[in-house]
Amino acid sequence: MAQRKKLLTGRTRPNLLGGAFGWLWLIIILVPIYYGILASFRTQGEYYASNPLVPPSSLNMRAYKLVIENDFGRYLMNSVIITVGTVVILLFVSILGAYAIVRGQSKASQRLFRLVLLGLAIPAQATIVPLYYMIVKMGLYDTLIALILPGVGFGIPITILILVNFVRDIPGELFESMTVDGAGSWRTMLSLVLPLARPALVTVGIYDALQVWNGFLFPLVLTGKPEVRVLPYSLFTYQGEHGADQPAILAAVIVSCLPILALYIVGRRQLVAGLTAGFGK
Amino acid sequence: MAFFGIFALIPLVGVVYFSMVKWNGMGTPQWVGFDNWSASLTDKTTLNAIKLSLIVMVVTWGVQTPISLLLGVFMAGRQRYRAVLSVLYFLPLLFSSAAIGIIFKSMVDPNFGLFSHIPVRWLQQSYLSPTLALPTVMFVITWAFVPFHSLLYQAGVRQIPQTMYEAAMIDGASPWKQFWSITIPQLKYTIVTSSTLQLVGALTYFDLFYVMTQGGPGDATRILPLHMYITGFKSFDYGRSAVISVILAVVGLTLSLTLNKLSGTGKMESQQEGI
Repeated sequence: MAQRKKLLTGRTRPNLLGGAFGWLWLIIILVPIYYGILASFRTQGEYYASNPLVPPSSLNMRAYKLVIENDFGRYLMNSVIITVGTVVILLFVSILGAYAIVRGQSKASQRLFRLVLLGLAIPAQATIVPLYYMIVKMGLYDTLIALILPGVGFGIPITILILVNFVRDIPGELFESMTVDGAGSWRTMLSLVLPLARPALVTVGIYDALQVWNGFLFPLVLTGKPEVRVLPYSLFTYQGEHGADQPAILAAVIVSCLPILALYIVGRRQLVAGLTAGFGK
Repeated sequence: MAFFGIFALIPLVGVVYFSMVKWNGMGTPQWVGFDNWSASLTDKTTLNAIKLSLIVMVVTWGVQTPISLLLGVFMAGRQRYRAVLSVLYFLPLLFSSAAIGIIFKSMVDPNFGLFSHIPVRWLQQSYLSPTLALPTVMFVITWAFVPFHSLLYQAGVRQIPQTMYEAAMIDGASPWKQFWSITIPQLKYTIVTSSTLQLVGALTYFDLFYVMTQGGPGDATRILPLHMYITGFKSFDYGRSAVISVILAVVGLTLSLTLNKLSGTGKMESQQEGI
């Protein structure tokens, strides 16, 4: 059967090995997720007593109720605010930067570009001490702005790189005709670069958003009080506060990934493109 | 025009500033010269952290690359069931590292977790014990990051011209031979990109380790980023912490520049934290 399928589709790669391995990997992927979802629907007593892979006799919503009562909404809001804030500023600054780098042929802008590229190779973690120092000195500790600013800073290199590659592909004649028509830089930006760069903006925007959304280290270091807690970090503190209540913790985990799941269902293609932005060439 | 330059410039300088300021931040307000350095470089914990980070880097790379490659090739197939599988493979990418860490921590719990209910003796282990903690977290890393890399390979495989395989088939090359003499060489660029991301990324694994082990038990999983965090933000020795930062940055930079040179693909795309 498999053999015939191969002939029909004209595919001849080592499929048997790949196939067996594919199914095995599927099990490895699914077991933890399955385990987490099941456990989140158990009562605490059930969790300790029953076999983790057998579905509970009835779906118990207690854990979810607890999570939602536990300021989940606020953490979600915080995450949304920093993600949207970071991405908007980031895209705005980066598209201007990319435009300047591509169109401004001065030495300075080329040097800048090289500097930005260097930023790609430096792990964000490595700057956490000076960053912390700066944020405290600026009086921004424990604010959402403290999470947005570094997010913008570290998002710039990859964002600019991708946008520069894209803006470079816009034919020079288009820019020239804009100039002939007497359009200034702003108008060129608004009516030429922005519309043409939209797919790239979406892709890289999703990539940046995921980075910020899942970020853990910055919230851990740059914020402390619960009012500014974001989702991934709230999971961790939740684990500390409700150590024994595993179903509630796992329910929190499940709820925290729902927004991305929704995004995945709505725009799988864009999400995948965003994830592999710039790498999947 | 200049306006754009200035507008973009400020945050750009910000990036550079972030990356440079560690020299000043070292030894906080007081200038202590190289004291921090000599102290750190002879410190057992730091050396241990470097060793652990290297182990994590090499092992996760060695494990993830073949798995991602195989899966990527497999996913690139056009059969319907593979498309469904690909959707499922994607699932780990929906979770944040913190979420993944929590699920696995709960699952490997020796008293109530998954294996406590399976009556097989050798599976009932304390997976976060000093000897097993590091392999366990490395397994979780593989679980979490293979989907991303297999996506890269999938995209790579799809770009290989079908005609190459047809030609090979006419020459009577076995699937096995086709895999080695067409697929692998054609994926060279993808392999380099993915490897760079993995190796440099290994320097930044923090969330998973922090959530699952906090560097423990003892120092068994105290890799460099964790060591940096604990030194700075738990022991309040920011100077020493900054030394580790510099080590991280230099290693990351060297690594990606070297790999970049080796591959000759004039592109520097090497940063990736905790997708």
